[in-house]
Amino acid sequence: MNKISHRQSELAKHVADIVQELKLEQGALLPILHAVQDELGYVPPESVPFIADSLNLSRAEVHGVIGFYHYFRSSPPGRYTVQICRAESCQSMGSRVMEDHAKELLGIDFHETTADGEVTLLPVYCLGNCACSPSVRVGNEIFSHVDKIRFDTIIDGLGHQAVEVK
Amino acid sequence: MAASLQHAIEQQQLPLEIVRNGSRGMYWLEPLIEIDTGHGRIAFGPVTRDKVGEFITSRFWEHSTEHPLYLGPTEDIPYLKNQQRVTFARVGLINPLSLEDYCAHNGFKGLQAALNMPAQDIVTCITDSGLRGRGGAAFPTGIKWQTVLDTPSDRKYVVCNADEGDSGTFSDRMLMESDPFSLIEGMVIAGLAVGADLGYIYLREEYPLTKQIFEEAIEIARVNGYLGKTVAGSDRQFDLELRLGAGAYICGEETSMLESLEGKRGEVRPKPPLPAVKGLFGKPSVINNVITLASVPTILAHGPAVYQGYGIGNSRGTLPFQLAGNLKHTGLVELAFGGTLRVLLKDFGGGTRSGKPMRAVQVGGPLGAYLPESQWDTPLDYEAFLAIDAMLGHGGVVAFDESVDMCEQARFSLEFCSIESCGKCTPCRIGSVRGTEVIDRIRQAVENEEKRVESIELLEELCDTMIDGSLCAMGGMTPFPVRSALLHFPEDFKSSA
Repeated sequence: MNKISHRQSELAKHVADIVQELKLEQGALLPILHAVQDELGYVPPESVPFIADSLNLSRAEVHGVIGFYHYFRSSPPGRYTVQICRAESCQSMGSRVMEDHAKELLGIDFHETTADGEVTLLPVYCLGNCACSPSVRVGNEIFSHVDKIRFDTIIDGLGHQAVEVK
Repeated sequence: MAASLQHAIEQQQLPLEIVRNGSRGMYWLEPLIEIDTGHGRIAFGPVTRDKVGEFITSRFWEHSTEHPLYLGPTEDIPYLKNQQRVTFARVGLINPLSLEDYCAHNGFKGLQAALNMPAQDIVTCITDSGLRGRGGAAFPTGIKWQTVLDTPSDRKYVVCNADEGDSGTFSDRMLMESDPFSLIEGMVIAGLAVGADLGYIYLREEYPLTKQIFEEAIEIARVNGYLGKTVAGSDRQFDLELRLGAGAYICGEETSMLESLEGKRGEVRPKPPLPAVKGLFGKPSVINNVITLASVPTILAHGPAVYQGYGIGNSRGTLPFQLAGNLKHTGLVELAFGGTLRVLLKDFGGGTRSGKPMRAVQVGGPLGAYLPESQWDTPLDYEAFLAIDAMLGHGGVVAFDESVDMCEQARFSLEFCSIESCGKCTPCRIGSVRGTEVIDRIRQAVENEEKRVESIELLEELCDTMIDGSLCAMGGMTPFPVRSALLHFPEDFKSSA
C-alpha cells in the first residue's frame, strides 16, 4: 500500500468510527462534522459521500452544511490557527491597526496560511472577551488587550522560527 | 498564577487555602484575589503575574490594609455596591462547579418550589414576574411558555440559546462559566412548566472554556440526581445536552438556531408557525436566552413580586449590562431597568480608557444604534430605547472615543451583514453588499456634492427596503446602526478620512 492510499484509509477509518458513534443522535450532522474536524483538523471532501450515505442525506446537503458554517474547513489548517476579532468592541480599542499589522507580519491575508504551514489567520466576530479588547484566539487560548507589540509576542511564543517580515 | 500561589502555600506551609471562584465582573481589577476573613471578603487587585512573588512575601493576609493593591471589602467597592445583583447574585462568590456552594447560596430553591407546583402555576409565576427575553428581542417569557404549555404534543423541548454573538456582550459566557447550575436549574424548571423532558443548549464554538465548564456542570448535576429520570428525587424527568455552533452569527436567531440543531444550514424559517407551536424537530419548543433561563430560579424561589419590584414601565427586573470597548472600567453591571446610559458610561465605566473624549456608544450589539451624547440620558428601558430607534438588546454597551470614523462603522455594519447573512432573503443577502458599495461611493464622492447626496438618498432607500423586506432581524435591523451613524454623525460622511 502506498503512502497516500494508506493515509486515505486512515482518514476513512477515523470518519467511519465517528459516524458510527454519533449517527443515531437527533440532528447528528453538526456533531459529526465537529468530531471529524476535532480529530483531523478539517473535514476531508472525500469523506462527504460516506457521511451523506450514513445519514441518508444527499452529498449536496452535507456539502451545503459544511459550506454554510465559517468554522468548518475542507482543507488542513496550519499548525496554529490564529483568530483576530474584527467586531465593534475590539475596533473601538484599535483592532483595525493590529489586524493590518498582523497581516503584514505574517505576509498573509485572512483565510490564508503562511508558506511554512505554521499559521492560519482567520477573522472572528467576537470571542466574548469584550471587556479586555482587542482579543485574539490561538487554538483554545484567548489573549486580551492585544496591540501590535503583544501580537508579535504571541506569534513569537508559538514556538516556531520567527516569521519572515516582509 | 493560582498555581504559583498554591506552590508557595505548600512550600512555605502558609495558613491559606485557595478557592477558584468565578469572576466578579470587574475586569480592570483582575486578576483579583479575595481573602475570606470569616466576616466578609477583602479584595486585592490587580495581582498580575509579576507581582505574585512580592504579594506572597508581603504576607498580605496579615497586614492587608497597608498593601498597595488593597481594595477594601469586596462588597464595598462602589462598582459592585451600586449594582442590583439578582441573576448574578452568586457569580464571583462561589466555586462554579461546587454543588455545595450552589446550594449554600439559595441554589435549587426555585426548583424545589416548582416541583410542588402545577405546571400552570409555574408559568403564571413567570408571567407575573414580567420577565422578558434577555437575548435581545424582549418577548414576554410567560406568554411564550404559556403557548408551549397549551400546545398538546407527545414531545416538547427546552432550547437555550447560548449563541452570544453580539460584540460587546459576554454575560451568557460569564454566567455559564461562573454559575452554571443556575442555568441548569432554570432549564429544568422550564421543562416542568411546559411538559418537556429534554433540553438543548446551543453554545457558540467561540467559547471553548464555557463548553468545558458547562459540560462538567451537566455531568455533576446528572450524577447528583438533578438531571435524569428522577429530578431531585421526584418522579419527573429532564435531561440536557450541549450542542456546539460553528461560527455563524445568524444562528443566534431562534429559527436559524433550530435548523442548525437539526443538522442543517442555519437558514432562517419564516414565522408562523411559531417555534412555541412547531419548533425543534417540529415539536413545541421553549426557546430562551441564557440570562432569561438563569433568572427563572430566583423568580420561583422568591416569588414573582420581588423580581417584578425592580424596573420601570414594562421593563421589569434587572438586566446585566456589559460595559465593553473603550471604557476605563469595563465589566458586568447588573442593574434594575430605569437608570441611564450616562450612569453606566461615567459612574461605572469611568469614561474612556484612552482618555480621549467619548463620541459614540453602540448599545445592543452589531444591530444596535450608535448613540451620540445627546441620547445618553435615555432611560434604560426597552420601550424608551425603541422610541429613539435604538435597542437595549442583550445589554452590550460599546464605547468609542473621538477617533472613531462613523462612516467606517456604518460600512462595517453592512459588511458584517453581508458576511453573516444566511442568504435566504434578498434584501439582506444582496442589500448588505450593495450597501457597502454605496458607502464606498459616498466616500469617493467628496469632491462631487451632487453625487454624494444622491448616494446618501440611495442608502436611505436601501435601509427602508432592508427594514421592510427582510425575513428576520439580521437584515431588518442592520440599518439601525447605519441610519444612526448617518443621522447623528453626518460630518463623517463628508470627508474621505
